[in-house]
Amino acid sequence: MKRLLFLLPVFAFVGLIAVFGIGLTKDPKELPSMLIDRPLPQFALPGLAADGSAGFATAALRGQPALLNIFASWCAACPQEHPVLTRIAAEGYPVYGIAWKDKPEDASAWLERFGNPYKAVAADFAGRVAIDLGVTGAPETFIIDKAGRVRFKQIGPISPEVWESQLKPLLDQLRAEA
Amino acid sequence: MFAEIGQFALILSLLVAATQAVLPMVGAVRGDAALMAFGRQAAQLQAALIATAFAMLAICFGQADFSVALVANHAALDQPLAYRLAATWGNHEGSMLLWVLILALYGMGIARFGDNLRPSLQARVLSIQAMISVAFLAFSIFTSNPFARLDPAPADGAELNPLLQDPGLVFHPPLLYLGYVGFSVAFSFAVAALLEGRADAAWARWVRPWVLAAWVPLTCGITLGSFWAYYELGWGGWWFWDPVENASLMPWLLGTALLHSAIVTEKRGSLAGWTILLAILAFSLSLIGTFLVRSGILTSVHAFAVDPARGVFILAMIVGSTGSALALFALRAPQLRSGAMFGTVSREAGLTLNNLLLMAVTSVVFFGTFYPVVMEAVNEKISVGPPYYNLVFVPLATPLLLLVTVGPLLAWKRDSLGVVAAKLRWPVLLAVGVAVAFTVAIGVANVAAALGLALGFWLILGGCMTLVRRWTGTGAFSWRLVRTTPVAVIGMALAHAGLGVTTAGVTAMSHFAESKILVMRPGETTTLGPMQATLLRVRELQGPNYQALAADIRIREGSRVTDLVSERRFYPVSRNQTTEAGIGSTLLGNSYVAIGDTSDGPRGQGLVVRLYRHPLVGWIWFGGLMMALGGAASLADRRFRIGAPMPRAMALPPRAVAAE
Repeated sequence: MKRLLFLLPVFAFVGLIAVFGIGLTKDPKELPSMLIDRPLPQFALPGLAADGSAGFATAALRGQPALLNIFASWCAACPQEHPVLTRIAAEGYPVYGIAWKDKPEDASAWLERFGNPYKAVAADFAGRVAIDLGVTGAPETFIIDKAGRVRFKQIGPISPEVWESQLKPLLDQLRAEA
Repeated sequence: MFAEIGQFALILSLLVAATQAVLPMVGAVRGDAALMAFGRQAAQLQAALIATAFAMLAICFGQADFSVALVANHAALDQPLAYRLAATWGNHEGSMLLWVLILALYGMGIARFGDNLRPSLQARVLSIQAMISVAFLAFSIFTSNPFARLDPAPADGAELNPLLQDPGLVFHPPLLYLGYVGFSVAFSFAVAALLEGRADAAWARWVRPWVLAAWVPLTCGITLGSFWAYYELGWGGWWFWDPVENASLMPWLLGTALLHSAIVTEKRGSLAGWTILLAILAFSLSLIGTFLVRSGILTSVHAFAVDPARGVFILAMIVGSTGSALALFALRAPQLRSGAMFGTVSREAGLTLNNLLLMAVTSVVFFGTFYPVVMEAVNEKISVGPPYYNLVFVPLATPLLLLVTVGPLLAWKRDSLGVVAAKLRWPVLLAVGVAVAFTVAIGVANVAAALGLALGFWLILGGCMTLVRRWTGTGAFSWRLVRTTPVAVIGMALAHAGLGVTTAGVTAMSHFAESKILVMRPGETTTLGPMQATLLRVRELQGPNYQALAADIRIREGSRVTDLVSERRFYPVSRNQTTEAGIGSTLLGNSYVAIGDTSDGPRGQGLVVRLYRHPLVGWIWFGGLMMALGGAASLADRRFRIGAPMPRAMALPPRAVAAE
């Protein structure tokens, strides 16, 4: 009994080291989105056209799994991601775009230069909606399921590998869901 | 050239440490005096080599040799020389070098001042000390080499973080390190005692000065750190409960417990096992703490994995030292002869209770600090903040503080409640009277503050009482008794009173601090409580390596007028901005102003000004200083210099003659 008491510090220490060991394998910079498995926040944004015509609203993303991409003409990594988005759209997955803190005319010019893979594009010039979405930078991409819930958040550009290995399987699985 | 000399000295010191880790231990086991004596020489050689390496790095910084990567990353040409030198330890690699330097200096101390130690114990302690050295030197050389070259060398370097360009930085880290690393000596003594199977009064008498030698600088370091945060970070906080601070607080709490339990072991021969466990834990927490903190490893709890190679190395080091020490403890401690029994009301029981409470306080701080890491392991992000600590710290600290005044009045071995109650009657009445008086003075709504202030008074009273009781003895006051009072008793009184001063300061700061933030234009006046602040003018300043916007602010409180200057500095090299607060201090509190950016207020452009009134805030640090002074006084007690009596004949082991 007394021996057990003296062993107690050893046991506590082993437990602590196990926790440290697991902690060491985690990426400390990874910050999970608070929106995962929650409905996409409500918004209705204007489009890029000068007449202020509607871009799209939350309701547009209901009915089938879709990607919601945050981009900007000032964003350095966006041109790198653009070909992948174009390919995703070509493969038949709907991609919606929000031009974040970007002048509509700049965003339009940018899309003209690189091509427009988006099913619809909206302008969030003031960045209000981006705050609701918890956007930390551009580009970022949300995957929304049929019911309009956020299922995944990709921070930074989507590489072809990430698309093949993570996003595409997830979207296919979401499509298969009843 | 200098960098290579330093690198070479560092590598040599690793080799010396490796032999020091093995040979004296072998000597102690085989009773070979020559091998044991080698430990003493190796410890001094190792210290000289590491000191050389450190000096070389300092020279590189002093000469601004940007071909050394570390210098290029942390020093710039227009940075004042003092801060270029301070940058030697203002970064991860350099601070590791400082760490091993202090470790080696402590080892040298054991070798030089350990004449009265049992030679076998000294040899074992030096060996264990060298094992720690080997781990850290290897860590420094293989994962964070301070002497790595940069080719091509840049024309100018990147600057040391401006927040760190402050006199506080020159002393704060070395003091903390003296504390952290100092506990390694207690650790080595504990492990050596376990190996020898002997932890008696003599052992405790040897170990206690080393614990004090670590505890005093650690107390100074924490106090200085808190003060530095207060005046440098520009928002008047003095403690933030962040992992970095907790990392220094936990070894301090356990070190305090260790100081007290070692008294019991020294005077009565009891609690030996517990004292050993505390010695192991205090150093282990220092280890964990240093690595949680040191740049590049942890800026917050999460930064553990910033460089996985370093993280793994550190974890291995902690497993190696703490793990094996605890295993040894489990194996050997049950066989340690426990000393005399003591009654439930006795000085020993009081000190045991003190230890349990300190342990509990340490545990809640530990839990708060590491809960996020635990939650992270199960994929949950969380952070623990001041509300948790305020909730758990106060209820545990209060009984501890109440006990501080009672403890020294208890008799060793056995005391009776009646006698203690008689001794305590007047002090308790006085303290209750003070509590009531404070409550009346500041209102029933602030009863918690009144109780806190009364608690501070109770502690100061306790400190004074210890001395008065000593000076009057059983009869009247006599100068003979004053003269013969051991310095250690004065030290204890000073430290306990200092704790009271800190308690009063903390209470006043948590209940009565006031602040206000507003946009002011030159000539405008505002009030905060009884304080009136006038923004006199705003001007531009050019510093050695920064540009600044300075605001002159006149503070009127009653009839007293103080002119304060707050600056907002911009350091072009690192593109950093810092705030220099203007602080006016008096015995009863500080007025504190910090300026922000210019801003468009409703009445045109003005300057963002933050005003604070901080009652008794200086007491927090003054109390810390008193505690450190008390510890230093205790360390100066001649009892430690004389040491425990030891049969000299034992110093000649059978195989003392060299075999060859």
